[in-house]
Amino acid sequence: MLHQYKLNGYNIVLDTCSGAVHVVDDVAYDIIAEYENKSRDKIVRDMLDKYNDRSDVTEEEINACIDDIEALKEDGQLFTPDTFEDMAGTFKERSGKVIKALCLHVAHTCNLNCSYCFASQGKYHGERAMMSFEVGKRAIDFLIENSGGRRNLEVDFFGGEPLMNWDVVKQIVGYARSVEKQYGKNFRFTLTTNGVLIDDDVIDFSNREMSNVVLSLDGRKEIHDATRVDYAGNGSYDRIVPKFQKLVAARGGKNYYMRGTFTHRNPDFTNDVFHMADLGFTELSMEPVVCAPDDPMALTPEDIETVKEQYEILAKEMLKREKEGRGFTFYHYMIDLTAGPCIYKRISGCGSGTEYMAVTPWGDLYPCHQFVGEEAYKLGDIWSGVTNDDLRDDFRACNAYARPECNDCWAKLYCSGGCAANAYHASGSIRGIYKPGCELFKKRIECAIMIKAAENAESEG
Amino acid sequence: MKRIKTLKTRNLCKSAKNGGCGECQTSCQSACKTSCGVANQSCENKNASEKKN
Repeated sequence: MLHQYKLNGYNIVLDTCSGAVHVVDDVAYDIIAEYENKSRDKIVRDMLDKYNDRSDVTEEEINACIDDIEALKEDGQLFTPDTFEDMAGTFKERSGKVIKALCLHVAHTCNLNCSYCFASQGKYHGERAMMSFEVGKRAIDFLIENSGGRRNLEVDFFGGEPLMNWDVVKQIVGYARSVEKQYGKNFRFTLTTNGVLIDDDVIDFSNREMSNVVLSLDGRKEIHDATRVDYAGNGSYDRIVPKFQKLVAARGGKNYYMRGTFTHRNPDFTNDVFHMADLGFTELSMEPVVCAPDDPMALTPEDIETVKEQYEILAKEMLKREKEGRGFTFYHYMIDLTAGPCIYKRISGCGSGTEYMAVTPWGDLYPCHQFVGEEAYKLGDIWSGVTNDDLRDDFRACNAYARPECNDCWAKLYCSGGCAANAYHASGSIRGIYKPGCELFKKRIECAIMIKAAENAESEG
Repeated sequence: MKRIKTLKTRNLCKSAKNGGCGECQTSCQSACKTSCGVANQSCENKNASEKKN
């Protein structure tokens, strides 16, 4: 399957099933578009007609280009057939019941009262609660016991606001570190925080122990403070930005993300991304709000079109700033063409409900953080393990080929069929699709690959 | 090729041979938390010799 598009002066051809990316001129772009539907003679005649004002487009030249296309096809880099469907799901079956990542909800409470919070101010539609060390310790044991031969194990401290239960976070990390060697494991911890309670102890400990830190900032002060307020209604921007700057400055190059949410209020979210960059942050992520379609914060169909334009603006600005020596990273434009994920990962998706689960403060297991509080989606608990096998099987069956809507989509090996939670919230089923999310995802991938094309052109002079 | 420049990429078909070790990051776990892109992840399989071909 091919996907052809033009963006920022580049003509790009993606050969979805091989993963090959070709940057072509106008003539090759048109020939590739016609190649499978017309004879060589017809293509030659059409191109001579279309480019009759160009001296470089001769019959010989057109035939040479068709020869190149046939050579690429022969080499498995163009018009590669989709032969992966039979493999879909086998990776997860092969993995058995291995679990390698847990999202620990250490605090179902929050010191901010953000109106768009999918977790209903940290409570996940339930009671406020804190995870005890005993539950956290058992979660680590549960992860080790169920991780099979996997060495790298991921644990994210999430909430609510995890710094409201900071001593327990530190105890859990200490426990995991004390046992990881004897079990041949390597824990990678992540902390996701709104920043209000960051102090020197948090900075020192996080920069020593956390592989990644996700810092919530929505960008411009007026945008951030319109939503991310405390219970007295005061915006949090002025309190948290200096703390984030101090933490990042002390991080010594270790991974972090400034992570924002944009809503109907700011579909021009690139201005918020640029604001974060102007504050000195370089690792940036900005996500569309997750909420019900009738929520006033929800992105409208008009917003979706604006956001797609904004993604292009963002990509072009990133290239410009990179040249000026003030570049930054945008999470969704990070794409590793040479050493990215293998086909098994590409078709099998995020692993929610199978190798990745969320743990509530009282030890219940859910397929991921976005399902916590949905009683029908409870998988089991960290003492008895997964007891809802049918539900786990449903998640195991989610892959790039599980949804008929994805069959003809060029992006399915980039998104793996999409987010089960987004699908559930949009359609009521984890096997559904969230169409606006698909549109945005495709635009992001187009932009990410365009950036690679531009970087390649730059490096070749 | 005069009119076609091919970027260096990992061949997905070849990646089937030694792929599937499962050591890579869980997709949205430690960053966005709201989408399921896998393309931006890095492969952690030391035995996937075809990666940079």
